[in-house]
Amino acid sequence: MSDIRLEKVTKNFGATEVIKGIDLAIDPGEFVVLVGPSGCGKSTLLNLIAGLETITGGDIYIGGKRVNDTPPRDRDIAMVFQSYALYPTKTVRNNITFGMVSRNIPKADQDAAVQEISTLLQIERLLSRKPGQLSGGQRQRVAMGRALVRKPDVFLFDEPLSNLDAKLRIEMRTEIKKLHQRLGKTIVYVTHDQIEAMTLASRIAVMDNGHIRQFADPATIYEDPVDLFVAGFMGSPPMNMIPGKIGAQDGQYVVSTSNPDEAPLDFPLPPALYERASAMDGRDVILGLRPEAIFAAGTELPGANRFIFERPVSVVEPTGPDTMILFHHAGLDVVARVRPEDSRPEGTLFSFEADMEKAKLFDAKTTLRI
Amino acid sequence: MSRKNLSGIVQQKGTQHVVMRTLLFLTLGVFCLYYLIPLIVMIATSLKSLEEIRAGSLLSLPQKVTFDAWTKAWSSACVGVRCDGLQPFFWNSVAMVVPAVTISTILGALNGYALTKWRFPGADIIFALILFGAFIPFQVILLPMARTLGVLGLAGTIPGLILVHVIYGLAFTTLFFRNFFIGVSSGIIQAAQIDGAGFFGIFFRIVLPMSLPAIVVTVIWQFTQIWNDFLFGIAFTVGDSNPVTVALNNVVNTSTGVKEYNVDMAAAIIAALPTLAVYVIAGAYFVRGLSAGAVKG
Ligand SMILES: Nc1ncnc2c1ncn2[C@@H]1O[C@H](COP(=O)(O)OP(=O)(O)OP(=O)(O)O)[C@@H](O)[C@H]1O
Ligand SMILES: [Mg+2]
Repeated sequence: MSDIRLEKVTKNFGATEVIKGIDLAIDPGEFVVLVGPSGCGKSTLLNLIAGLETITGGDIYIGGKRVNDTPPRDRDIAMVFQSYALYPTKTVRNNITFGMVSRNIPKADQDAAVQEISTLLQIERLLSRKPGQLSGGQRQRVAMGRALVRKPDVFLFDEPLSNLDAKLRIEMRTEIKKLHQRLGKTIVYVTHDQIEAMTLASRIAVMDNGHIRQFADPATIYEDPVDLFVAGFMGSPPMNMIPGKIGAQDGQYVVSTSNPDEAPLDFPLPPALYERASAMDGRDVILGLRPEAIFAAGTELPGANRFIFERPVSVVEPTGPDTMILFHHAGLDVVARVRPEDSRPEGTLFSFEADMEKAKLFDAKTTLRI
Repeated sequence: MSRKNLSGIVQQKGTQHVVMRTLLFLTLGVFCLYYLIPLIVMIATSLKSLEEIRAGSLLSLPQKVTFDAWTKAWSSACVGVRCDGLQPFFWNSVAMVVPAVTISTILGALNGYALTKWRFPGADIIFALILFGAFIPFQVILLPMARTLGVLGLAGTIPGLILVHVIYGLAFTTLFFRNFFIGVSSGIIQAAQIDGAGFFGIFFRIVLPMSLPAIVVTVIWQFTQIWNDFLFGIAFTVGDSNPVTVALNNVVNTSTGVKEYNVDMAAAIIAALPTLAVYVIAGAYFVRGLSAGAVKG
């Protein structure tokens, strides 16, 4: 087991700076998930850890050893590439064994390892085929197999499940989690799938444009985002971000939000936020309310700091277990998550209830959490 | 994609389509004939006896097929003062073309691989310089090359000719392989690096098997160029070490009174046969190689 430490790592491609100074300390045996918008540098960061790209500045340590100048094959890592990168002229079996052949592992051990991994990934029947004769999802599983068959210190996964169907993806997700629990290897895993990130990670690193915005466990990322970017990135549908102004009313602090055509709404803040709100009195803020914090009035157990208001339903989006109801407010479509039986057709005046305990406040100017 | 069978693609049907198809194949047939007539004349003439050639027309088919001209061209026609036919010179050419093609192809593959997949500072400049070599006309290097071979003690020998062809061919083989490898995903090389393979391990076990189409194209190209070369052959070899092309010229020009067209034709076909064979054997790959960049995964 090895830890991975990045210190002030930067990477330029010609004149463009892609990784802009990343500090990251990954503990031994940790499962770190990298998330971030397309093109923010996730694959580049993995390549830097793997040694497939030379870092421009900073240091990388694996297992306490500085590896800036260590070639990939001496870093004891295995990687699943976003593009699969299977060897086209080799059969699936030989794709999987190539790493062991290169490292002169005995044939009997190779066969046993192939047997185990192909059963795990359900590719036993494909072993004698060439990659060109496989579907996208099958190729992806072979790429996984090639990485998993060796038992290196560190696994790097670049969107390894993106091409699988929903059922297989959930199965594989569970398998990866079990595998991690069994082997306890350090894993860095890139994904665009929120559920994958939340379920697999011991910690999530949210990246944006070459920076890491927040690095914390999934619950903290979800409940305690440091800024608007992280708050908006995690969660599906994303958090509602309602622009407003902080003001004091009858000894309470509220976020007054206005609407050109409709009555303004004053969202009362919970007392826990008073202290921070008082420092922002009169300033522009963003009120963050996740869809599950807005529901049909009276359908949840009563609690403190609930705010009930009425708005006409503008769009209804059933998802199965829940129904999303959208309404216009403050110039945007606000999403509320209600039980399917509480759903009402478009145009109906609907009574919503917001759990203000769950509300988050962000500075409209700096986008930081208040 | 080129390896996929295209016969399943839905095609247009109807009378207009049939008419256009017929027209297309007629045109193709006419062109085919146009290109094939010289070959037909050569083969026909080589199978005739001298009397028949003198009596009949150029285009007529042989009345009585005889292989005398072929036997003579192969084993007893006079090349200059020596009357052993083309045979010894044919083997000269084989002894030259096999190492020359092999060495230049392997070096070209190695160059192309290093230039695209193991980028080093100045790789582009080096490639540009190599590319420049492909545009140098043969005549320009005759004198410097003759001097070099003299210094190396290889003047007038088959190894000397091999060296010339390897050097001259390197520009083309490098170009072919570089353009092939540039289309090969670098991810495959990276995966192999992570799998623990080194420069030559990746080259021989991953890259070379992938580049079969490029190898075939290069081999055909190099074989044709080197086998058919006349200028280097006549400039850098003497008498007994001449390649078959030079010997063919000598057969045709050795005057023994009567012009033996049938022997000349047979000799010409013998000299051309190996390139023809290479095309037929490897031809299927030639077309594939041209679209090989599209093959991925
Ligand atoms: N070899 C390269 N030369 C120049 N720019 C590059 C190179 N590789 C990547 N980039 C740029 O670096 C940025 C980050 O790329 P990267 O592949 O790391 O993104 P990513 O976060 O993995 O995106 P995705 O989620 O789409 O896979 C992109 O803007 C990309 O255009
Ligand atoms: Mg990527």
